[in-house]
Amino acid sequence: MAMSPLKMDLLQGTLDLLILKTLSAGPLHGYGVSLRIAQISRDALQVRQGSLYPALHRLERRGWIAAEWGGSENNRRAKFYRLTRAGRRQLEVEETTWEKLAIAIGQVLKTV
Amino acid sequence: MSRMHWLKALFNVKQSDRELDDELRFDLEQRIAAKLAAGMTGKEAEMAAKREFGSVDLAKEECRDERGTRWLEDLWLDIRFGLRMLRKNPGFTAIAILTLALGIGANTAIFSVVNGVLLNPLPYPEPNQLVSVHAKKTNFPRGSISYPNFMDWHAQNHCFSHFAVYRYTGYNMTGVGPAEELNAVVVTSDFFPLLGVKPILGRTFLPSEDVLGVSNAVAISASLWSRKYGSSPEVIGKGIALDGREYTIVGVIPTDFAVSLRGFQGVDIYGPMGGWPTPALRSRTAGLGIHGFGRLKPGVSLEQARADMEIVTRHVAEVYPNAAKGTRATLTPLKEELVGRVRPFLLLLLGAVGIVLLIACVNVANLMLARATGRTREMAVRSALGAGMGRLIRQMLTESVLLALTGGALGLAIAAAGTRAALDALPATLPRAMEVTMDARVLLFSILLSVFAGILFGLIPALRMARGNVSETLKEGGRGGSGKRHRAQGALVIVEMAMAIVLLTGAGLLIRSLAALWNVDPGFNPENVVTFNLALPPFMSKASPAAIRAALRNFDAQIAATPGVEAEALSWGSLPMASLDDDGFWVDGQRKPGSTETNGTLVYIVGPGYWKAMKIPLLAGRFFSEQDDEHSQQVVVVDEVLARKYFPNGDALGKGIHVGGDDRSEIVGIVGHVKQWGLDTDDSSSLRAQTYLPFQQMDDGRIALTPSNSAVVVRSRGLVPGLMESIRHTSEQMNRDQVISGTATMNQIIAQSLASKRFAMMLLGAFAGLALVLASIGLYGVIAHLVGQRTHEIGVRMALGAQRGDVLRWVLAQGVRLALAGVVIGLVAAAGLTRLLTNLSLLFGVSARDPLTFAGVAVVLTVVALAACLIPARRAMRVDPMTALRYE
Repeated sequence: MAMSPLKMDLLQGTLDLLILKTLSAGPLHGYGVSLRIAQISRDALQVRQGSLYPALHRLERRGWIAAEWGGSENNRRAKFYRLTRAGRRQLEVEETTWEKLAIAIGQVLKTV
Repeated sequence: MSRMHWLKALFNVKQSDRELDDELRFDLEQRIAAKLAAGMTGKEAEMAAKREFGSVDLAKEECRDERGTRWLEDLWLDIRFGLRMLRKNPGFTAIAILTLALGIGANTAIFSVVNGVLLNPLPYPEPNQLVSVHAKKTNFPRGSISYPNFMDWHAQNHCFSHFAVYRYTGYNMTGVGPAEELNAVVVTSDFFPLLGVKPILGRTFLPSEDVLGVSNAVAISASLWSRKYGSSPEVIGKGIALDGREYTIVGVIPTDFAVSLRGFQGVDIYGPMGGWPTPALRSRTAGLGIHGFGRLKPGVSLEQARADMEIVTRHVAEVYPNAAKGTRATLTPLKEELVGRVRPFLLLLLGAVGIVLLIACVNVANLMLARATGRTREMAVRSALGAGMGRLIRQMLTESVLLALTGGALGLAIAAAGTRAALDALPATLPRAMEVTMDARVLLFSILLSVFAGILFGLIPALRMARGNVSETLKEGGRGGSGKRHRAQGALVIVEMAMAIVLLTGAGLLIRSLAALWNVDPGFNPENVVTFNLALPPFMSKASPAAIRAALRNFDAQIAATPGVEAEALSWGSLPMASLDDDGFWVDGQRKPGSTETNGTLVYIVGPGYWKAMKIPLLAGRFFSEQDDEHSQQVVVVDEVLARKYFPNGDALGKGIHVGGDDRSEIVGIVGHVKQWGLDTDDSSSLRAQTYLPFQQMDDGRIALTPSNSAVVVRSRGLVPGLMESIRHTSEQMNRDQVISGTATMNQIIAQSLASKRFAMMLLGAFAGLALVLASIGLYGVIAHLVGQRTHEIGVRMALGAQRGDVLRWVLAQGVRLALAGVVIGLVAAAGLTRLLTNLSLLFGVSARDPLTFAGVAVVLTVVALAACLIPARRAMRVDPMTALRYE
């Protein structure tokens, strides 16, 4: 029996990290990104569309992802996002930062 | 964000919105499809998907914010809205734009002058390397460089890549059309390369031509070339007769390089200094009016050059202790030399015109405040509908900047048309005036100033409006907050009145100074006196001294006999406020001093009619007569300053002095002092003693120089129309190659000496007038608005028995209260600021805190303020109580 999904609000900045990570596997449209995040986290993480799209546009403006219009699986016109070279570098930076943070928080939780 | 993205965003706001719609719709549809696939019905799927998705509009807004072009889109909206608002209020818009156009136009005009004169580099290659060089002597930091000293300095210095001297002169050209007096400059060989001037045709001068007496080459200006030779290339190698000597034309010099060097404008003949037929060139002590330009070697600083020239000049002085002792060089950056003296004055004008713009801004701010009454409700509604305060302020500022930019564009047009005309009409006191143009920097200044002005006058009303209490305003139906607003408007009017006072005071002090100057006795009577230059026919240059003396005597007799002439005299050397000559002297019986310690005196070499022509008061003894000639005892007349200083016992008459040489001359008369240095500066000048020598007692060497260029002074019997024509006619009757040139009345010469002060007064006066007009319009506007707002109240008062006189007094009192507050603040500020005028030595005979000026200005402003209030006051008097009460 699956546990009921743990719904959490994402920490500031973590959404960007998730989007970049998701796109590192290949181009996706916005809906695909939210679907993939939900799948991988087993529905633990659900991204509100009101946060997802502004985040996508923000990352695009920063040059970490690029967008182009293409055909979807069911042949509909959709906007696909892919990771740029700068985005890949940013992903590495953010992954490292996140891991350090996770370890640090884990330490605090274990010790205190 | 990349630049492309920006541009795309700017032009594709609509398209990006469409794409965003598409993207979000695609997401929603995918969700619905997923729900349908999971077995939901169509309706259920759509509802669930929408719930999951959240507010589409909010998502869109946030996406737009993320695009980073939101402000641009808002700006576009604000501009369109602003334009609509301005069109809706054509009266307000027109007045605001006109006011701003005046303010920004005046600023642009003055800035274009500052830019062209002070900021722009001189139009020569590497202009920062250029310096002026003068000889520094005891009384003259900028004295003449003697030619032998120059040759030594030139050979020995290590700091200049080029070093040249020049000297203005004039030639009487004969043989090509009628005889003509031409402006000329003699220069050394480095002169043209130093300035980077290339001849149009032929060559400039060679170093070998710096040697005295070698060259008979001249170069002519492009303007003479086209005027006299039809721009023919055959001109090179042609002969040209100047002052009766034959020269050969070797080059044609462009005229445009003279644009920054006023003395070189209108020069038609350039000659090598070595070919200048003046024996005194060989003298190491002669002061011939020769000055220099130098170009610093690359990498040599001004300080290094000064140090180098100190060593060089010291060395030369050691070699020639008698002739060059104490003579050093003064080096000044050329631009500083040319424009340094007008810098403080131009900056003063820029400050004055800045105040005018501030007043204009205050006026428009007041207009906007007044108009704000009608818009309080609009703002409150927008605010209630969710517009943030920052957003409201931005929209108001967009409107005011739009106004300012429109005003600025109009102002720029006014300035472009007016500056040139004004510069051409004004006396030629401004250096580099021809270089004043509307260039890119002026344009940029004008635009930035407009934006700044727009923000300045827009901010107060914007803040006030945006801060308005929404619910109160909506409840009151738009009538609220007027008390506060009146206070703000009142404060602004006080500020502009105060600023107008400051400008009026400055202008008033300058007018008083000028009036005081006109009342200064110049020491002679300039009425009905005219001076001109005389060049005898060219062949006279080679005539014997006796023949020259005879020709000059004949000229004297002929002119004196011309109808209308009361007195006439030849003059050589100094002429009050026009030309300058000085020499050393010592009192007979005292030790002859060394070259650096001589007592200096101004020297006037004049004919016997001079004191009658100039009406210089004779204090003791006699003036010269026809009998004081080359055969009689040498005599001099001295002025009271010399007599008092060197003969403190009052026994100057009959004593002897030696002027410029060993010959003793007896003092036969004492005359009043003449203000040689100008009405304002003579008293503070270091060289004031004056000596008159008889023209005919000049020695033969000197008299030989007089045919080419002597001055003549003529007093007419009252105002004689056509006097100069008669004199010219008389002269032509004597010989048609005899030239009269440079005619000026003594009054013109005095006026010219005051030109820079008059220029300052006219401009400051104009700006003060403008400030007064703008400030009165501002006061008028506020009082009129007040009366309009209080019509109801006035009606009630009148219904309750107030008389029309009471209403009039009440309205005037409102205006006078504001005006007086402005006057008091303005006078205090003026008392602090007018010291600037003293520092710029623009004041004369009046204190910087002259009570009369301060009182006068206060009265003028109060009267004008009263007049401005009278129109609305009369309107208030005519208020019909019944109508007023019904009005609301």
